[in-house]
Amino acid sequence: MAERLSNREGIKGMANPTRYGMERFAYWLQRISGLGLLAYLIGHIYETSTILHGKAAWDSMLSLTETPGGHLVLVLVIGMCVFHTGNGIRLMISEGGKGVGKPGQPEYPYRALSLNSKQRLCIWVSIALAALAMMYGAGVLFGD
Amino acid sequence: MATVTVPEEKKIDSTPAAPEESKPKTITLRISRSNPSENLETKFDEFKVPVQKWTTVLEAILYVKSNLDHSVAVRYSCRQASCGSCGMKINGKPRLACYTKISELDSNVITIEPMNNFPIIRDLAVNFDQLISTHKKMKPYIINEESEVQPGTKEFIQTPKDLEKFLQFSYCIKCGLCNSACPTMATDESFIGPQGLAQAYRYTADNRDQGKKDRLKIVDQSHGIWRCHFAGSCSNVCPKGVDPAMAIQLLRGYLLGFRK
Repeated sequence: MAERLSNREGIKGMANPTRYGMERFAYWLQRISGLGLLAYLIGHIYETSTILHGKAAWDSMLSLTETPGGHLVLVLVIGMCVFHTGNGIRLMISEGGKGVGKPGQPEYPYRALSLNSKQRLCIWVSIALAALAMMYGAGVLFGD
Repeated sequence: MATVTVPEEKKIDSTPAAPEESKPKTITLRISRSNPSENLETKFDEFKVPVQKWTTVLEAILYVKSNLDHSVAVRYSCRQASCGSCGMKINGKPRLACYTKISELDSNVITIEPMNNFPIIRDLAVNFDQLISTHKKMKPYIINEESEVQPGTKEFIQTPKDLEKFLQFSYCIKCGLCNSACPTMATDESFIGPQGLAQAYRYTADNRDQGKKDRLKIVDQSHGIWRCHFAGSCSNVCPKGVDPAMAIQLLRGYLLGFRK
């Protein structure tokens, strides 16, 4: 049999947040924020492990986080953490079959009940909370 | 005393007014061409096609086949969104070609590619082997030791409420658009996919069926239901209102013990 093109979209297709509406964008944000938090966790473990090399190494590492770049990273971490938590709670509830609508007779133009306004509201609330938390964090870190 | 004014008699034209003539316009159809049996190259051929406001993408492709290049490979049959044969990527999104009007795309250039996540046979025709075999694995039939057709047994009574629990999921036409849009299918070759999972729910939710345990065992595996992350793209593209994302979350409810 002739070789066939598998034609899978791959990571490029998976990571494309456009085309399929708000829920796909939330999926993308959830993945990106999850990866960001994982990277932060690894960096954080590395950062705190420098204490094993003495006070000088620890102070040197701490001074890195006291720079504007370090503060910016922390503001982003705050945003990722809040969005990931808020949207994660939405997903956990939905994935148990709650809040995804009730099956019934579909009617033209066949709008999917699982992609309902409650789901979208929860996504927007998660984004808004993340933005507020980032603003508060920026105020504390960059203030004075 | 009230006076009544009688309106003057109006002349009624008995001949119906001719419908406003729709002006045909010309669009550019960019069709992906590939033939994996010869080489792995993909190129786009462009065709100028005259269209009316009601012309569908499938009609435009058939115009190309009839008048410009008969070698374009495309699968189609019913032309009324019932057979699920003409799924393809139209301007970047999986859609049924027979169900998509050129006018609703708001573009003078229409790019048509084969659906993603399915192996290409040639040009726009893709291979459905995996979709069909996954569908079969979900045991898409009523499992019940008793039978309505055997003498001496009763018919299976179902209320309208019982019917509503699975009716919309039985409208699946196996067009594959949901699998093509799914972000998990994009990277995981072994994932069951939204089509198969929605069908597993369709039969599990049917109160005539006794195969719930079997089906839940099939979907509760590493490349099964837990790989769905509720991106909702499957439901976004479904042309029949099946809403596979809802079916998957409801099916998960059985596994998590929220539903019985």
